[in-house]
Amino acid sequence: MARRAQPLGAALPLGLAAGALVLALSLGTLGAVAWRAEGGTGLSPADWAAIRFSLLQAVLSAGLSCLLAIPVARALARRRFPGRGLLITLLGAPLILPVIVGVLGLLAVFGRNGMLSAVLDPFGLGPVNIYGLHGVVLAHVFFNLPMATRLILQGWLAIPSERFRLAAALGFGPGDVARRLERPMLREVLPGAFLVTFLICITSFAVVLTLGGGPRATTVELAIYHAFRFEFDLGRAALLSLVQFGLCAAAALLALGAALPTGFSGGLDRPLARWDADSSVLRLQDAAVLSLAAGFLMVPLMLVVVRGLPGLADLPPAVWQAAGRSVAVALASAVLCVGLALPIALAATRLGGARGAALQGTGMLAIAASPLVMGTGLFILLFPVANPVALALPVTALVNAAMSLPFALRALTPAVAEAARSHGRLADSLGLRGLARLRLVTLPRLRRPLGFVLGLAAALSMGDLGVIALFADPDQATLPLQLYALMGAYRMEQAAGAALLLLVLSLGLFWIFDRGGRVNAAL
Amino acid sequence: MLRFDKVTIRQGDFSLSADFTVPAGRIVALLGPSGAGKSTLIDTVAGFLAPDSGRILWQGTDITPLPPAARPVSVLFQDNNLFPHLSVAQNVGLGLRPDLRLSADQHAAVSAALHRVGLQDLERRKPAALSGGQRSRVALARMLLRARPVMLLDEPFAALGPALKADMLRLVAELADETGATVLMVTHDPGDARAIAQDTALVDGGRVAPPRDTGTLLADPPPALRAYLG
Repeated sequence: MARRAQPLGAALPLGLAAGALVLALSLGTLGAVAWRAEGGTGLSPADWAAIRFSLLQAVLSAGLSCLLAIPVARALARRRFPGRGLLITLLGAPLILPVIVGVLGLLAVFGRNGMLSAVLDPFGLGPVNIYGLHGVVLAHVFFNLPMATRLILQGWLAIPSERFRLAAALGFGPGDVARRLERPMLREVLPGAFLVTFLICITSFAVVLTLGGGPRATTVELAIYHAFRFEFDLGRAALLSLVQFGLCAAAALLALGAALPTGFSGGLDRPLARWDADSSVLRLQDAAVLSLAAGFLMVPLMLVVVRGLPGLADLPPAVWQAAGRSVAVALASAVLCVGLALPIALAATRLGGARGAALQGTGMLAIAASPLVMGTGLFILLFPVANPVALALPVTALVNAAMSLPFALRALTPAVAEAARSHGRLADSLGLRGLARLRLVTLPRLRRPLGFVLGLAAALSMGDLGVIALFADPDQATLPLQLYALMGAYRMEQAAGAALLLLVLSLGLFWIFDRGGRVNAAL
Repeated sequence: MLRFDKVTIRQGDFSLSADFTVPAGRIVALLGPSGAGKSTLIDTVAGFLAPDSGRILWQGTDITPLPPAARPVSVLFQDNNLFPHLSVAQNVGLGLRPDLRLSADQHAAVSAALHRVGLQDLERRKPAALSGGQRSRVALARMLLRARPVMLLDEPFAALGPALKADMLRLVAELADETGATVLMVTHDPGDARAIAQDTALVDGGRVAPPRDTGTLLADPPPALRAYLG
């Protein structure tokens, strides 16, 4: 068999080093956790309750998200209307929406003093109580319905348009189309969508922190936080971390090979003529479904903006300082994420085959790791040599970068492979190597996905309320943590202002980087 | 001279053997049906494929172990011969220094090379703003600057119209004549071979036949070539 003759170059050792670092972050921290875990006492009844609640809320959240996403995706797939592209773009927004901002928006609609309670009040009903299982599930559906819709919509648009033409020629009605074309597609797409959503919901922290809590609504993730933060019981936190990793790993193994959403992937605008759904009843049904979904997603966010504007003027200095820290952490995290993702993508492409896939899979490990487990492990590792509290911000940036890595690899690897396919041999024949190749070929060719990845990683880090809650003291609070503290102190006007600030900063960071990748990109 | 010393290349079920010598300064056409292995042979000389056995020698030195950029060859691929995000001058300058840190003299050399191929006013353009023929000229200007003694052409002009393709082949012949380069060019059109190649080698049935004088070969083709020409 003829081999490739050119050497692999510096990309390989760098990529392997990045892969090793990710491995240390995901499995190494787990090892530290296992070493400190106290198996002797075993799991208490409260721990078992947390496990049951984790599974219950994740199954309900993922199931409802996927179930509700089906009619929304179907309506988007078979209708053309002004604003459809915008609506599809908005479906990608929850990925970069800070969780705590979304929660505040949901409180404005469904909370005790929210819109819904105000509407019900004249009828002697309410006020609505959003806290507990239903609140957690509601928030998870809010965040994951859009992603599930995009995943299922991709499945719908993957059905070749010729099939629908053939169906029309054969006189298929909506029921026949559903039976012959749509249900087989759903059977393929739904398990992956369910598992990915399940994975996100079982590692979800900020939602449960704000809307759950108490003995009846505590997840494993939240129990780790309590054991760590309030009971100072590192052994129990470590034991719970092992449980959490087991749950995540089991779900991730099931989800292996299932579609991981890229969030903003294009190609959803393809016009598609449909002859089977032309009745006015179906048209009304789709219009209703889309209006409801758009309202459910948009109204909370609009309320965040409306309620936040008055508070924006007199935010306390602590909020602005927290915002500054958050931006710094977000920028560092974005750079770290690309610094890990780019060498891994380059090396995986150059290696190819099973070894390339293994390296790529290492980078994907973070999807199964919980940020709190990673944080607990890092605390255990750092404690003997340094003051972990002093390192809260760097640790947050690093953990956030690792959590963004799966999305980064999903966006970068196809682009790296495409660049290698189209211009790799030209660069090889001209002797473009090392830094010159990076500067003149790799980075310019990857501008768009790099801009997207930088923006995504910055926005995810900006809005993250996870590992920072584990480590930081009030002097080091990031903006989400500061916002959480304001909510806890019932300073709702300032919280609303801080939420709007956080929203603007997150979306702004994403927009600036993503835009930077597109402007003047000669491709 | 370029020597193929009992070279065999295998790719799955496909295998190709070559054992012949090309004298320095000749233009040799590799003629044959698609899938016969013409591009495979070019890729092996360029260093993108390693032969399973045998050696390729240039002026008596074995070049088989060398990476692509260290070989005495420059290549024109079927497409993607230019980086779309770099200007015409940058694309040409890569032929002098891959890191593009060019001296004043080197900038002048880039301008001179572009002048030679008739593109003096287009230095700042991006490839997307050029016609197909102009893009080919940019790649040829870079080849001129690299001044490698062997030029490999893997049907880079296949997408051009007949008149433009004839222009390009003439330019290749002129540049080869000026620099004394040896040329291996892939083609499936005997007209290309007649236009500029003194010798033609038939690639068919897993073997590259030793090159023969183009005129004689095409006037009295052996059975395999006759079958291909129809």
